[in-house]
Amino acid sequence: MCATSGRKGPREGLVACGPPPSPLWRRSCLCGPLDKHARLFFPLPPRLIRVMVVMMSVTDLFSVIQGSLTADQDVREEIRKVVQGLEQTAREILTLLQTVHQTSGLKDIPSKCQKAREHFNAVKVHLEELKTKFPPDQYYRFNEHWRFVLQRLIFLAAFVVYLESETLVTREAVAGVLGIEVHRDKGFHLDIEDYLSGLLILANELSRLALNSVTAGDYSRPLRISSFINELDSGFRLLNLKNDSLRKRYDGLKYDVKKIEEVVYDLSIRGLGKGDGPTEGKVAEK
Amino acid sequence: MQTIKSWFSSSSGGFRKRKHDNVQPRNRKEERESNINPSSPVLLSFKSFQKELDAKHDKYERLVKLSRDITIESKRIIFLLHRVTSISDIEELLNESEGKFGDVRLKIQQISQELIGEDTCQFHRAFSPGLQEYVEAISFQHFIRTRSLISLEEINRHLVFAPKKGEAENSEVLALSNSQDGKQKQLFCLQVTPTDYLLGVADLTGELMRMCITSIGNGDIETPFEVSQFLRAIYDGFTYIGNTGPYEVSKKLYTLKQSLGKVEDACYTLTVRGSEIPKHMLADVLSSKTSMSEHEEGI
Repeated sequence: MCATSGRKGPREGLVACGPPPSPLWRRSCLCGPLDKHARLFFPLPPRLIRVMVVMMSVTDLFSVIQGSLTADQDVREEIRKVVQGLEQTAREILTLLQTVHQTSGLKDIPSKCQKAREHFNAVKVHLEELKTKFPPDQYYRFNEHWRFVLQRLIFLAAFVVYLESETLVTREAVAGVLGIEVHRDKGFHLDIEDYLSGLLILANELSRLALNSVTAGDYSRPLRISSFINELDSGFRLLNLKNDSLRKRYDGLKYDVKKIEEVVYDLSIRGLGKGDGPTEGKVAEK
Repeated sequence: MQTIKSWFSSSSGGFRKRKHDNVQPRNRKEERESNINPSSPVLLSFKSFQKELDAKHDKYERLVKLSRDITIESKRIIFLLHRVTSISDIEELLNESEGKFGDVRLKIQQISQELIGEDTCQFHRAFSPGLQEYVEAISFQHFIRTRSLISLEEINRHLVFAPKKGEAENSEVLALSNSQDGKQKQLFCLQVTPTDYLLGVADLTGELMRMCITSIGNGDIETPFEVSQFLRAIYDGFTYIGNTGPYEVSKKLYTLKQSLGKVEDACYTLTVRGSEIPKHMLADVLSSKTSMSEHEEGI
């Protein structure tokens, strides 16, 4: 044994802690120049103990972190359950509203909207439940779980409002339909980017509706849709969007606009668009 | 063959026709736009959306810039701390780094000021790289000082900015965002999240590996063993967390294992051949051994 007697104590301490035999231990058993260095750089036995204490504390620290991660996962699990229910309801509303694309459904819009509004009560209940699942100041931490479904719901609410009154739903009105807040500091709120995304989905749906209403023999609707979408388009053009998902979706808006323009054009050259048509007149001139 | 040809010609004809069509709708569209009343409720509300979005993006950009500054400063601190292996006066170096940490914390304080009244998680992505780098630097300093891992609470304790420190700014901010008196305590703290902490610690292991190898080059044969102990403990910790952690953590685990492998390799060589090789050649022997896996590493 070449180790000094002063080392013995701490080494026993190490073994008592139950670590695997460390290279440190083996090293001190080696003879030769290494040991001299070891004595030079490593004069304090308590340091050995400290290394062991460190190992224990590292484990402790990591178990604390593990604890918080697990808690986080539990919260996410709870949220996911509620969001599933929410998605189910959103799908039901969508199926209900999809029927306006059929000829029979187009004639029965008020009752469809009425039914959809009843479904939104279920949505309110779900969202109420969702609010209780996480601390109110951590909205954006778990945001991505309900972001998709919330955008869908905004779209559906906007669609209902459009079908009822042919106006663009305001942010406040959507929040009212969903039973949530407009501003962040008041609780579970409606994020502005989600709202805008919802409107873009609406534009897409309306471009489809324009086609189908022509098929169903309603020739005036595409004109109204066209002016609505144009207003929406010029509204969106006021925004300075970043290169994110909203921007990507906005890039699709021009195709919806174009599609509706083409429907309007087809109607105009055939003289099918009834009544108010400065546009129709223009085209006829040309 | 003929049918195909006719299909082609008709389609190209249709295309040409379509192109011609497009001219007219565009003209019409411009006219239509002039018809839209610029003070219609829709456009007015979009103007307010524009303001809201711009304010948000501006804030995000400011945070990104602060985060970049923090990253750069923290990297410099780490380089500074790597010098401990080559000089004797460690205390002076640590004090110097302490001064630099003061500057970094000032930047973090600015971040926390930006976030007053905001949801921290909303902008988290903007400043989390900077915070991770900060965690890396401060835990490295802590390791050099005490040979132990700094805890998340301790890091966060440094990031609570006492009102007395920035009394002037504090009152100014309060004046700006009046009616926030109740939140005054929270105003000046920015908490590092467990994920940022984990990622920062994972980066730390790379620095420790470098420190281990350089210290061998300087003939210090005690540090490598301490570092390997410590790294093993951290590696155990990470395996304990495993895949319950976020995705980025499991990505770092691979690099961590490589670092650990290098350090363990070095310790092995020291133990086996340390007595045979003259001290001044140790570095050469080890570097030839580690260079095999060096190219896989990307710091």
